[in-house]
Amino acid sequence: MRKLLPIESFEAIKPRLKEFKLTFYLLNRNRLTMIALITVFLLVLVALLAPFIVPYKEQVFSGVNPQEKLLPPSREHPFGTDELGRDIFSRVIYGTRISLETALAAVGLALLVGVPLGAIAGATGGVVDEIIMRITDIFLSFPPLLLAILIAAFLGPSLTNAMLAIAVAWWPWYTRLIRGQAVSMRERQFVRAARATGTPHFKIVFGHIVPNTIAPVIIQASMDLGGVILTAASLSFLGLGAQPPTPEWGLMISTSRNYFLNAWWYSIFPGLAIFITVLVFNLVGDGLREVLDPRTRKY
Amino acid sequence: MAEYFEFENLKVNFRTFEGVKNVLNIKNLSIKKGESFGLVGESGAGKTTLAYTILKLLPIPPAFVESGAIRFEGEDLLKKSDGEIQKIRGKKISIIFQDPMSTLNPVFTTGQQIIRVLQQNQGLHKAQAKKKAVELMNIVKLPDPENILSKYPHELSGGQRQRIIIALAFSCSAQFLIADEPTRNLDVTIQAGVLQLIAELIRETKVTVLFIGNSLELVSLICDRVGVLHRGQIVELGSIREVATHPAHSYTLTLLRAIPKEKRDKIDLTQITLKAEERVAEKGCRYVGRCLRKEKICLEEEPELKHIGGTHYVACHLYKEEKK
Repeated sequence: MRKLLPIESFEAIKPRLKEFKLTFYLLNRNRLTMIALITVFLLVLVALLAPFIVPYKEQVFSGVNPQEKLLPPSREHPFGTDELGRDIFSRVIYGTRISLETALAAVGLALLVGVPLGAIAGATGGVVDEIIMRITDIFLSFPPLLLAILIAAFLGPSLTNAMLAIAVAWWPWYTRLIRGQAVSMRERQFVRAARATGTPHFKIVFGHIVPNTIAPVIIQASMDLGGVILTAASLSFLGLGAQPPTPEWGLMISTSRNYFLNAWWYSIFPGLAIFITVLVFNLVGDGLREVLDPRTRKY
Repeated sequence: MAEYFEFENLKVNFRTFEGVKNVLNIKNLSIKKGESFGLVGESGAGKTTLAYTILKLLPIPPAFVESGAIRFEGEDLLKKSDGEIQKIRGKKISIIFQDPMSTLNPVFTTGQQIIRVLQQNQGLHKAQAKKKAVELMNIVKLPDPENILSKYPHELSGGQRQRIIIALAFSCSAQFLIADEPTRNLDVTIQAGVLQLIAELIRETKVTVLFIGNSLELVSLICDRVGVLHRGQIVELGSIREVATHPAHSYTLTLLRAIPKEKRDKIDLTQITLKAEERVAEKGCRYVGRCLRKEKICLEEEPELKHIGGTHYVACHLYKEEKK
């Protein structure tokens, strides 16, 4: 028996659909952002489907193939092979997965800690503000990469610890960003109006102040995704992040240093992967800034 | 004998760079249930501060309440905790703010905002709240409610936004309404429409109103009784008719003269212009610096509100002498 959906359910979807269409239309107006967005989408797709794309799945993590070592790019190995005869193309594809995972987890963790703290600090003021901001000051007084190195060194080098280290180094930036915005929101008329209609404080913080301050944070975060991938690669390059035989881009470049003069393809392709990923994330961040904020939209 | 709404010895000060400044000093003022009380005065007289003090919205610091009480239905609002005042805000006492441009949250549609307030204050479900929001739009005479509710504040005109704010203020059937210059920043034709709407709604809902305005003409359209506020003090109090036809305080006179009745009339600005460096003296009448008839007593003694017939009160030493 066919069950008819109540008409309200369609009505409820309409405004959301309209919103989505508008956002898409605006993004489409900006070619460069659209290209970058499509590339990001492809990167995500590659990361998700990595096991089905790679031609030499068994070579990604282990597998030694000495007779095929350091071969230049060819039809069988589009990006060439490394010092153990592994297919670099397969490893770079798998590296996408690892880099995106690390970046998303690190930025997500930093946002999860940074945004509520910043909003509470800015909206509440007084002693609470003072305490939270002094803590961020302490964290910000370390150079981020050094802090990450310190944490990675303490916890032992691994990809998870590198990710944690990045999150610890990154959250104060979001706290600061949100807090600065939240302070200017506190005395805005609409916040006062919300208070005048009997809205409790925490609802004002998360219902009015956070939505008004989140746009620059989202932009910052999407730009940071690039930066975090770079930092994760740097940590791996220094031997404090991913450990062999993980197919991490930074680690691959690190190993390739020894063979650079004879095998250019070994460092170029992981490097290109980092370059493209960081670039498109930055471009998307820029594009989002224009579109997400109703006040900077260009119709 | 408790009045419905009563101010008693209310003193609100601001801590500033130049020291503590008194911005509100109200000895005694009461508003009866169902009455529309108007408050007029120039900008900086303390009208908005008064509105904020009632709902505990003052920025503390720099502001602080030195002494006094605001009694609403026999309970002192100033003694209430944040949690208790939250239950009064929007439900028992609501407010229309003066600037329609910045009172709505720019990142939500107007519909979302109205629905949120209805859900929060009346415990309605989303569908009910939506229906009520459409009703409210009809009450404030905004055509095409669904369309307006799906718009962001920046897509609407000032008049439309103020109507939405009025809808919000009346949405939770509060018994006491503070209208803080609701027609400010609107042009004259829209002012008339908005005022008419407020007047109609007040008549229909029988709500008690504290209407704040900067001209007597504006206030006289809505209110029964009016108080003239000058530098945080009530200098004249009475029914609209009494104050408008027989202004007893020279400040009221100046306020009335500031608006020309006919083209020929010259606007007399000599009295109302205020020197910036002039500060409120410790003693004496606060109007003395601008008063053209000042005498020795004005410099020494602070005038009290005196009954001068009917419901008419005035705070001026010289009026007494005139009467003799």
